[in-house]
This record gives sequence, C-alpha cells and structure tokens, in this order.
Amino acid sequence: MIKHSKLLLYDSPIERKMTPKWIPHNRKTRRALEEKMVRWILFTCALVSILTTVGIIVSLLTQAIPFFQEVRPWDFFSGTRWSPILIPQSFGVLPLVTGTILVVALAAGVAIPVGLATAIFLSEYAPNKMRQVVKPSLEVLAGIPTVVYGYFALTFVTPQIQNFLPDLLVFNALSAGLVMGLMIIPMVSSLSEDAMLAVPRSLREAAYALGATRMEVSLKVVVPAALSGIVAAFILGISRAIGETMLVTIAAGATPKLTFNPLESIQTMTAYIVQVSLGDTPQGGVAYQTIFAVSALLFVITLSINIFSGRLLKRFREVYE
Amino acid sequence: MISRNLTNRYVIAKIFHGFCFTVAWSGVLILGVLLFHVTQEGIQWLDLQFLSDFPSRFPAKAGIHSALIGTLWLISLTALFSVPIGIGAGLYLEEFTKKNRIRQFVDLNISNLAGVPSIVYGMLGLVIFVRWFELNQSVLAGSLTMSLLILPVIIISTREALRAVPNTIRQAAFALGATRWQTIYAHVLPAAFPGILTGIILALSRAIGETAPLIMIGALTYVAFVPDGPMDDFTALPIQIFNWASRPQQQFHELAAAGILVLLFVLLLMNSIAVFIRHRLEKKNR
Repeated sequence: MIKHSKLLLYDSPIERKMTPKWIPHNRKTRRALEEKMVRWILFTCALVSILTTVGIIVSLLTQAIPFFQEVRPWDFFSGTRWSPILIPQSFGVLPLVTGTILVVALAAGVAIPVGLATAIFLSEYAPNKMRQVVKPSLEVLAGIPTVVYGYFALTFVTPQIQNFLPDLLVFNALSAGLVMGLMIIPMVSSLSEDAMLAVPRSLREAAYALGATRMEVSLKVVVPAALSGIVAAFILGISRAIGETMLVTIAAGATPKLTFNPLESIQTMTAYIVQVSLGDTPQGGVAYQTIFAVSALLFVITLSINIFSGRLLKRFREVYE
Repeated sequence: MISRNLTNRYVIAKIFHGFCFTVAWSGVLILGVLLFHVTQEGIQWLDLQFLSDFPSRFPAKAGIHSALIGTLWLISLTALFSVPIGIGAGLYLEEFTKKNRIRQFVDLNISNLAGVPSIVYGMLGLVIFVRWFELNQSVLAGSLTMSLLILPVIIISTREALRAVPNTIRQAAFALGATRWQTIYAHVLPAAFPGILTGIILALSRAIGETAPLIMIGALTYVAFVPDGPMDDFTALPIQIFNWASRPQQQFHELAAAGILVLLFVLLLMNSIAVFIRHRLEKKNR
C-alpha cells in the first residue's frame, strides 16, 4: 500500500477543484512546493528551542537589571545577611548560596558513592535477572515527582533521624540533603553505567588474563577507562540537585542562614524564589525583583556547570574502535 | 597497591562484591520503604469522595477533584503544543540539516536547555506568558510553560529514535524517486514511532509531577472549581500535594499521602500504556 502525505497531493477531481488556485496543478511542481513548505514548518519548530533560550535570558535580565541598579552587585554577591523583605533590608545572597551548597554537598555525599557502586554492580557483577529488577526500580525512583521526595523527607526521614539526634529541627538541611541524594542516585548510576558499558571487553579480558580479581578489574581498569563519563555523571547530578526546588522548599525550611551545620533549618536559592512567589510581596518593588536576580544567578551557575561537563565529556572521551 | 597475598586479595574482592551488591539493592529497598510509607499514611483517605470533593479547610471534607481535572487540562494542552513542535524540531535537525556550525550551535543549545532548572522556566513563563501575553494564571499559561520545559526531552528522544532507523530504508525510498518528505512521512516516521512515543510519555510524566514552574506562574493553591476553558484559573495535583504537605497538621499530611498515591497511580498508568503501545507497534513493524 502506498501512503501519501495529504498536505498537497490529491487524486480525485473533486479534491482538485477544491484546491486553491495558487497551488500549481502540475504534480512535480506541487511536490517541490510541498517539500519547501514542510522544510519551513519544521525549521520553525526547531527555532522554538532557540527562542526559549532567548526568552529565558530576556525575562531574567529585564527584571534583574533594575534590581542591580538599586542594589550594588558587590553587596549582593558578598553580603552575609539576606533579609529583602523585613526592614532593615539587606541583600547579601551568600546565606542562600551556602544553604544550597550545604544541601547539595550532603546529596553528593550520598549519591556519588552509592551511584558509583550501583553502576559498578550493574555493569560488572549483576547477573541478568538481578539487572532486570534493579534497573527498573531505579527508573521508578527517577520518575517519582520531587514533591513526593519532599513529603518523604519531611514525614519519614526527619522523624527517623530525630530518634538518634533529638535536637534536629523539623525543617533541616540534613534530611533534605539525604533525600536529594536518593533522588539523584538513578541519574548518577545510569550515566556512569553507560560510560562503563562503553569500555571494550578486551580491556577487561586482558586484566583477567593477568590474574586480576573482579574488583581489581572494576576499580583499576573499567572505572579509570570510563572516568570522564563518570565525572560528567557526577557533575550533571550535582547540577540537577542545585536546581531542585520542591524538596528543599518542603523539607529544608525557610530561614536564610550562613551556616554549615546540617542540623539547622536553612534556605536554598530555589526555596527562596518559591517562598516569595507564594507570599504577598508587592510586585515591582526591589524585594520582588530579588527573585529574578537569584534566578539569574541560579541559571548562570547551572549553565556553566552543564557546559563544563559537556566539554569534559567531549575532550576526554576515549575512543575505542 | 595490589597486595601480594593472594588470599587477602580474594577476601577483599569478596567484601567489595558484597558492598556493591548491598548498595545496589538498598536503592530498591528504599523505593519499597517510600512506597510503603506513603501507602500506609494515605490509604485510609483514598475513596471516591476524595476524588470528587473540592479542597477544604476541614480534612474530612477535602478532596482533589479540581486538582485532578486541572492536571488533565494541563497535560492535554501541554501535549497539544509540545508533541508536534518537538517531533518537528527533531525531524528538522536529524533529517533536513547537514552537520555544520549552525546545527552544532542548536545541538548545544538544546542540551543546555535540558539542564536548566525547572524553576527558571517558571520565571520565563511568569514574565513572558503571564505578563507580556497577559494570559494571567490560566491553564494556557501553565501548559505553554510546561511545553517549553519538556520540549528538549521530546526533541532529544525523537532524534535518538530517528537515528536508530537504518539508513538503507531512506536510501531505498530515495532510489524509487521519493522526495525527502515522502520518505520520512511514509517510512522513517512509522519505523521510529515507538521510540518517539516512549520519549513523549516520559516527558509528559515529568510534566505531570512538576510543581515549581506552576507555582512561579502563580497557579493557585486553593481552587474550588473546575476549569471550563484554557483561560480559566486552575490548580494541579502536585500543587495540591505541596499545599497539604506544608501544613503542620498530621491529617493534612495524610491527605497529601493520599494525593501522592493518586499521582503515582496516574504516572504508572501512563507508563504502562506506553509499554503496551510500544510492544504492539514493534510487533506490527516487524
């Protein structure tokens, strides 16, 4: 059976009559026109992705620039007190940045070792049957919405930790960080596993032939050979953790504080943005414009991390034939 | 340093094996704990009344009717915008362009967009759709924002599916005198369709669970009506869950758990549909 694209081709005389005059009746010309139109339509679709980037930059800048006319950039980047709404106002972003770093460091501390060990297990050890259970479970973990993780951190992890550490606050960086680590494990492990699977068998076999144990093959041959991919996986996981919003909004608290104590309540950059947009801060004032300045900072940080990891992958990609 | 003692090496290797085994399975275990905890908390609230009631100050009367319908509206409109544009962009980049500077730039742009935090898309939606286009806090503004958010995912998976179609199929069609579009429409797209579909469903599942961008554009947390059209205010399931989870009372936490159960059920349903369709199409194509 021949399938036609129905855009311009027609077969019956009625269809021919209904076709507007500007479409040529000659079949070949019509086909060429169709080809051109399709190309332009699809090009417009591709253009949307460029426009999205432009849109992000424009929408952040139009609000962040007026903010930086009111507040000196130096005060913003080096100030240690963040109190944009309560008087006396103070716009030092460092407490939000350290809050983010604290949570992300905890998450990385969980996700990097666990993700790597999981990837090693899946690529080097696991028999097929176990893979068929572990991999889909990790995919399910990856698909769970972040509000759910927030709920889990607040109502399960925090009370559990409080059994051991009674002075832990209800909202704290510790359980948010641990659960965020859990959240990015699937990403770290699946990307690292992909990198390890790309290492050719011959390298492993050579090491086995020299009498290496499976652990030595994994840690001294496979992991070093796949290192750039593994590091890129770590970095992407971290970048995802930095931009994560709902989990920290629900579980980490809303007190911007310059601290590295995980038992305290803190506030991350993303959680601050949510707090302001849920509250009734009047739009248009400097206090409201802060969320655009913070978003712009967040955007620049994650973008540079992503570009860096892309470069890393490209530059150090080992090519095996 | 590798120890010279062979027995030692074997023991260490065994321990390492055990460690990796435990860690990998602990992920599965924690998933089990999470699901068990949510079910235990929420199952008692889960009944027909919960699905048909509007949110309320009184836990006993609260339900997710408006949130569920809002999510349906949001996802349908998001699919309407993002699927054709995403497939179109994927087709253009994979089938209509040569590898040149411009395409490299677009590639880089798309992979960077995929890494932009969802809350930043929310800012984009707030400034451009809510303020400039004056769509206010409507379903339309929400779904346009969501569409841009999941577009990179759809484009990337479309391109992967297209790349998996063997080149011989294209060459055979060209050899018979088909134009590029005829080749793609009649041969390449059907062959790539299962892969594209899987990508679309994954992307839409992500959109269902996203909360932050909707909060940014100002989707309301308390909505006691069902949207009638794309310009109406709305709420969505994850927002309702967030709202309940951030209240201090235990009963609202349990309501949040019940909402999570519904959300996870919807996600599970979508993914099973994807697996099912994919399975059938792959059989048919063979």
